[in-house]
Amino acid sequence: MPVLEQPTDVLERFATGDSGAFEELFRQFQGEVYGWIVRMVRDPAAAEDLTIETFWRVHRAHARFDPQRSFGAWARRIATNVALDHLKSAQAKREQAVSPEEGLVENAPAAAAPDPDVQRELRARTQKAFQQLPARLRIVATLALIEERPQAEIAEALNISTGAVKSRMFRAVRLLRRKLKDLGADL
Amino acid sequence: MNDHEEAKLRSVLKQSLPAVNAELGRDLWPQMRRRLEERAVSRTWVAALFAPARLSAVPWFDWALLAALVLGACFFPRSIPIWLYHL
Repeated sequence: MPVLEQPTDVLERFATGDSGAFEELFRQFQGEVYGWIVRMVRDPAAAEDLTIETFWRVHRAHARFDPQRSFGAWARRIATNVALDHLKSAQAKREQAVSPEEGLVENAPAAAAPDPDVQRELRARTQKAFQQLPARLRIVATLALIEERPQAEIAEALNISTGAVKSRMFRAVRLLRRKLKDLGADL
Repeated sequence: MNDHEEAKLRSVLKQSLPAVNAELGRDLWPQMRRRLEERAVSRTWVAALFAPARLSAVPWFDWALLAALVLGACFFPRSIPIWLYHL
């Protein structure tokens, strides 16, 4: 992800609560923040709202920002927390709406043949299993496996170590395979 | 999990989850500005309620009554239920 950094004076003005500096930073980083969020939540409309929410939190926390540090990395970390909150609440709503029995696809084994119907069913089951992953693991799995982001970048955005990223990815894959097996789609 | 299995899982995940366009299609600043303005309006409302000009418009007798009530509550706390009854 390209990180365009601002001259320190804009960052210093932002840290003191200057609204012009905030607008300048918003205009420069909105695309980057949106791109980061949409990769995690995979819903463009929700990602736009969450981008606004991220910058709202950025605006409120301006006094805590250190102008010597990277604004992009700071904003990305806040965006990750916002996306995580969104995924948690969306998951809770989904769990309330669908009982576990309803959520499960009929426990039929998935065939290995490249039949389009079977492939479609496998995709549907994989999607369902992925949505059932806890939000913390899902974000790591999305960024690492689908978006293929470097582990160091994921670690920085989540404010955890690269070891913790590896551990979460391992748990996510293990849980995903187990859920897929429960749904009758063993990989 | 070996590399082959991980690659297979990666491929299935990429096919299963909807692809997203990471490019932002429009400027979100108008929406952001609206949110900032809404916040500013609510702040203005609170500031107006407790503005010094508004507080100084309260008659001195009301302040004296309030002070008497506070002092009374401090020195005779058992009288609080009686005052509340008369409110």
